[in-house]
Amino acid sequence: MKIFVCIKQVPDTETKIKISPDQTGIDTAGIKWVMNPYDEYAVEEANKLRDANPGSQVWVLSAGPKARVVESLRTALAMGADEAIVINGEGLDNFSTAKALAEVIKAEGGMKIIFTGKLAIDDNASSVSQMMAEFLNVPHTTVVSKFAFNGENVTVERDVEGGAKEVVQMMTPAVVGANKGLNMPRYASLPGIMKAKKKVIKEIEFSSLNIPATDIKVKYSGMTLPADKPAVKMLSGDSSAQAAELVKLLRDEAKVL
Amino acid sequence: MGKVLVFAEQTNGKLKRSSIELLQAAAKSGNTVVAVTFGSHAGDVTAAIGHNGASEVHVVKDAALDSYNPESYTANVVAIVNKVQPSIILASASSTGKDLFPRVAARLNTGVASDCTQLTISGDNVTAVKPMYSGKAFATVNFENSPIKIVLMRANQLPVEAADTSKTASVVENPNAATDLKTLIKEIVKGASEKLDLTEANIIVSGGRGLKEAANFKMLNDLADVLGATVGATRAVVDAGWVGHGMQVGQTGKTVAPTLYIAVGISGAIQHLAGMGSSKVIVAINNDANAPIFQKATYGIVGDAFDIVPKLTEEFKKALHH
Ligand SMILES: Cc1cc2nc3c(=O)[nH]c(=O)nc-3n(C[C@H](O)[C@H](O)[C@H](O)COP(=O)(O)OP(=O)(O)OC[C@H]3O[C@@H](n4cnc5c(N)ncnc54)[C@H](O)[C@@H]3O)c2cc1C
Ligand SMILES: Cc1cc2nc3c(=O)[nH]c(=O)nc-3n(C[C@H](O)[C@H](O)[C@H](O)COP(=O)(O)OP(=O)(O)OC[C@H]3O[C@@H](n4cnc5c(N)ncnc54)[C@H](O)[C@@H]3O)c2cc1C
Repeated sequence: MKIFVCIKQVPDTETKIKISPDQTGIDTAGIKWVMNPYDEYAVEEANKLRDANPGSQVWVLSAGPKARVVESLRTALAMGADEAIVINGEGLDNFSTAKALAEVIKAEGGMKIIFTGKLAIDDNASSVSQMMAEFLNVPHTTVVSKFAFNGENVTVERDVEGGAKEVVQMMTPAVVGANKGLNMPRYASLPGIMKAKKKVIKEIEFSSLNIPATDIKVKYSGMTLPADKPAVKMLSGDSSAQAAELVKLLRDEAKVL
Repeated sequence: MGKVLVFAEQTNGKLKRSSIELLQAAAKSGNTVVAVTFGSHAGDVTAAIGHNGASEVHVVKDAALDSYNPESYTANVVAIVNKVQPSIILASASSTGKDLFPRVAARLNTGVASDCTQLTISGDNVTAVKPMYSGKAFATVNFENSPIKIVLMRANQLPVEAADTSKTASVVENPNAATDLKTLIKEIVKGASEKLDLTEANIIVSGGRGLKEAANFKMLNDLADVLGATVGATRAVVDAGWVGHGMQVGQTGKTVAPTLYIAVGISGAIQHLAGMGSSKVIVAINNDANAPIFQKATYGIVGDAFDIVPKLTEEFKKALHH
């Protein structure tokens, strides 16, 4: 059985963000890149599924500028994935990314389950998994914190509002978007890292996929940094005085009560 | 001018505030506003939908749509879109909206902008602003090659005015368009909390490791009850097992945007700020004057949470009952 995992490489949360001069993106100089945290849960779940189903293989897939996104693919290989594919290209949106991922997965054939993260922490869009599922004409569930596979169907738990959970059953092939809580991602082992270094990562040029330019549906512009917050107002006096003053400020100054 | 289609969500027959925001924003744009709502309670909200600006509302009153199923909802939304031919679709970036509309967009061969915090509609055109990189930057999203522009808005970002009960919407009943589902919703396990979800809450009282142990969240619940607030938490607290992970605010938890966020015993790590940094007013209560949370806060109290929080609860009780 072929299990796919889509991984996005994103700036580490601690990285300082600077805007590019044309304001359509960020200045990538000095950015520390990491695997999208939710995609770590996706890789882990795929590895567990492979281990429980002898003869299976985990394929990891990432779209973006090759020179850097292969780093995250190597991390996934070091975590235990079997094969990796990079779709090389720049400047795409969620729609064209989903299209590209779907095309490549289709071409590889035989997919059974495709894991993704519930969202990428940079664009914060949570859209690629569902769009890809639509392009593959398969069902999807996102925000998944529990996964089971019985050889034919998958049963997952999806986290929704108010702490509620939905138990969802899907026919395979299916797309599963991982949430925190699904598992504890394993660390890359030293032998894993050594092995990953030697692996050949398959390269596919985005331009070879025949995805028309009209498949780019959204573009960013006017990117700005958040406005400086006014300095904090520290309250004084004993706790009773502070509590009384806070309530007064929230009512009369901030007008939020 | 064209048509704006608003996806109206409800809980137990009550129209959600986030949907009212969208209906009113759509009405203000001067476009014709059409709404869509599903399930056996669909009929309960059509009046409220009319009062808030829609002139037409499409319902599919099938109990099979009482719970969200990506496939059946996609089929039904797309069927209604084909009938109504809107140029813009607005929906909340709720768990349903965020899951559903990317799939709808892919089927309609059009673009979707998710998790937006600002919306500008001018005629058939729409631009939206969304936070990126955990709120460390904001981008304007422009649509291209998109016959229909789909925008998913975070809750509590748009103003809400009183409903106009003299306005009504005509109701159009539609058959359930879904067939051959590969997805089955087997069970819905109710959440522990009756309170509004964090992502919709207007006021959030959140606790961190400074609360010392699980039992002390009672203190925050008491404060939240007085304020009509929802209780949130940091990852440290979730990982310690004091509260469920549905309560986690932050990069790997929920992104929230309340008008008031009260952070109690929270240090203000970047991953926590990522989830709550766009709250309108932030109150920080921490016994360490150097805690980073104070750099983000609007109002700060340096002190012991166990001393301050019960006093605050009393003060709010007084203030809100007069
Ligand atoms: C040819 C090409 C060039 C690109 N160039 C750039 C670039 O220069 N800079 C840049 O930042 N991005 C680039 N991308 C990535 C693209 O812009 C984003 O992936 C896209 O906008 C979707 O991101 P999102 O945040 O909406 O994902 P979400 O929908 O939030 O992500 C959900 C899940 O989808 C999967 N996913 C999302 N994006 C990718 C991806 N790219 N590869 C594999 N899995 C993914 C992950 O599992 C993720 O957890 C490129 C993509 C392609 C195909
Ligand atoms: C990849 C990744 C993702 C993460 N995602 C998240 C996330 O989604 N959400 C999140 O919250 N964190 C997240 N974290 C963790 C984050 O880095 C912090 O560890 C966490 O937010 C700290 O929680 P805290 O503020 O409760 O605890 P601490 O940092 O321990 O802070 C406790 C605070 O309480 C104060 N205090 C102590 N006693 C009292 C008292 N009696 N009265 C008042 N104040 C008191 C202390 O001064 C201190 O400032 C993530 C980390 C990583 C690496």
